[in-house]
Amino acid sequence: MNLSQFIPFLPEIFLAVAGFVILLAGIAAGRRGIRALTIAGVAALAVTAVLTWLLGRPAGGPEVILGGMLVLDGFALYFKLVMIVASAITLMMAAGFLERSSYGGGEFVALVLYATLGMMVMASGANLVSLYVGLELMALSQYVLVGYFKLEVKSNEGAVKYFVLGALSSGILLYGISLVYGTLGTLDLGGIRDALGAGVSGNTALGLGIILVGFGMLFKVAAVPFHVWTPDAYEGAPTPVTAFISVGPKAAAFAMFLRLFAGAFAPEIHSWRLVMWMAAALTMIYGNVAALTQNNVKRMLAYSSIAHAGYALIGIVAGSVMGTWALLLYMLVYTFMNLGAFGFVILLETRGYAGEQISDYAGLAKRHPGAAAGMLIFMLALAGIPPTAGFMGKLYLFSAAVEAGYIKLVVIAVIMSAVSLYYYFRIVLEMYFRDGEEDVPAPLARDRWLEAMITLCVVATLVIGVWPAPMVGWARHGLIALGVG
Amino acid sequence: MMEFLTAHFATILFYILAGLTVAGGIGVISFKNPVHSALSLLGTFLMVAALFVLQHAEFLAAVQVLVYAGGILVLFLFVIMLVNIKRMQPEQVFLSRVAPLAVAVGITLGAIIAGLLLAGSLGHPAAAPAALQSVQGQHVGNTEAVGWVLYTKYLVPFEIVSVVLLVAMVGAIIFGRKDPTLEGRGGRMEP
Repeated sequence: MNLSQFIPFLPEIFLAVAGFVILLAGIAAGRRGIRALTIAGVAALAVTAVLTWLLGRPAGGPEVILGGMLVLDGFALYFKLVMIVASAITLMMAAGFLERSSYGGGEFVALVLYATLGMMVMASGANLVSLYVGLELMALSQYVLVGYFKLEVKSNEGAVKYFVLGALSSGILLYGISLVYGTLGTLDLGGIRDALGAGVSGNTALGLGIILVGFGMLFKVAAVPFHVWTPDAYEGAPTPVTAFISVGPKAAAFAMFLRLFAGAFAPEIHSWRLVMWMAAALTMIYGNVAALTQNNVKRMLAYSSIAHAGYALIGIVAGSVMGTWALLLYMLVYTFMNLGAFGFVILLETRGYAGEQISDYAGLAKRHPGAAAGMLIFMLALAGIPPTAGFMGKLYLFSAAVEAGYIKLVVIAVIMSAVSLYYYFRIVLEMYFRDGEEDVPAPLARDRWLEAMITLCVVATLVIGVWPAPMVGWARHGLIALGVG
Repeated sequence: MMEFLTAHFATILFYILAGLTVAGGIGVISFKNPVHSALSLLGTFLMVAALFVLQHAEFLAAVQVLVYAGGILVLFLFVIMLVNIKRMQPEQVFLSRVAPLAVAVGITLGAIIAGLLLAGSLGHPAAAPAALQSVQGQHVGNTEAVGWVLYTKYLVPFEIVSVVLLVAMVGAIIFGRKDPTLEGRGGRMEP
């Protein structure tokens, strides 16, 4: 291995070094330098994105680099750019929030960058070892971020639950990996695919290993019955962190999911498809039904994100080319609409955990018509109503399932989308048809960066909804390398 | 009888050691006295090291004893000694409400996994990983082989692990640091 082999790895190396520098600068900057550190972090992410774009498209098609640990292909490029955008938006949204809190920003920015580094490794991993290490880097950064407001009881509770259950799920995942390695003798995704294609099936240990790896991944995407940590972690985390962990790491987990199940384990699809079918159905039903009774907006959005993981799982169950690119597109769409929705929770949240109750939104349309209209668009998008991007995302996923013959699953998905209208529109109802309690109206923070980011999410949600063709083309292009195209 | 023992010596030893490992793990969560739990954990670590020896992973066995038994466990014991453990009442143990459910689920899952493994491929190991026996065609010692593989094939994951450790360290400092500006305000946002 010589030095020139590391050139394709430059984006990741740069991001890691930028993380070190910001971590050190954070000590000097203290509590006052949050904005400057955020700009530095966003600039580092921008440079990483440019490097990824320049180095991530090898001329001769997909290229395995660094001794088979990582692969450069359209799929990795797509997910990496989605994650970098999600992280940058998170940092911009968090700056004002952190400034108003009494916690510093240096570690925060650095941890978001490290989580992004882990996610990038997950998106491009070509070996079970590199995938797992990337996953752990992402997960560990998340645990710390969830508990970042360390004197808040809720933040502690969320972090501890997330950490303990996350460690358990890593154990399950590793046990599955060990069984796969024990039966096939290789950790290389391509090698596993070839061995399975050559017909080693019928081995129960191998089947069990694949199912356990599947359980581990279902945990990471917060699918039922491995979702228990989600509401507590989402509610307890500082809101920008909630926004972050609900999009970036979820996209990364789905990228790894696809690498494993649409890539390596695809020849064994008959042995895991039923499990994924049931997980998708249960996740959609439970997520949507449980969200109905929530009065806390963050908790409600947590259950809504569980439900969205269920919709996304349809793409994996379909196991087809269309299912996979529909899932890629859905992750992009979901990133913008969910970040935007959480952006509004941050905007309304100025004092401690106020602004989290649905009743805090009462009469918002009268006080702040612009903000209410923006929130309306995100609620429409999350519910999947045209002309928003949420509709296009669901449309492609559901058509993929119909094409693959999973009519029952689509019926469940459509019914549950209708159910979801109820809780999304509870917020809309509060905003437009209820008068707020005049003595304590939840104030709106003045935060230009946050408002700019929300506007960006609104624009993206509407543009992709009205004109999805370029994004669809890009997502389809990303698949050629995965072996499903 | 004797022939059976000699023929299956490694397998029998494996089951004995594996049983002791699990027993140690159960001990960790069952003892009321934290010091007993920590010592039980030591037993588990040592048994895992013995399992590594059984698999001819001598280097891993040595590292297991040095790092886990020697380093981490001593740290645990220090913390236990420094914290006033008498304040911890058994009633405060959380999750006790769901303990029966957890035991039931655990036993069911364990039985399913054991059943599947026993019914299936027991005694039919597939291709054994050959990476550790020889490096570049020449037979080398265990430690050397691990070093070769770690610094060539698995160099990138190895480097990423260093960032993982950094994050763990940063996290520990964030949570452990006493921050005078946060005291007394509960970390709440300023109005």
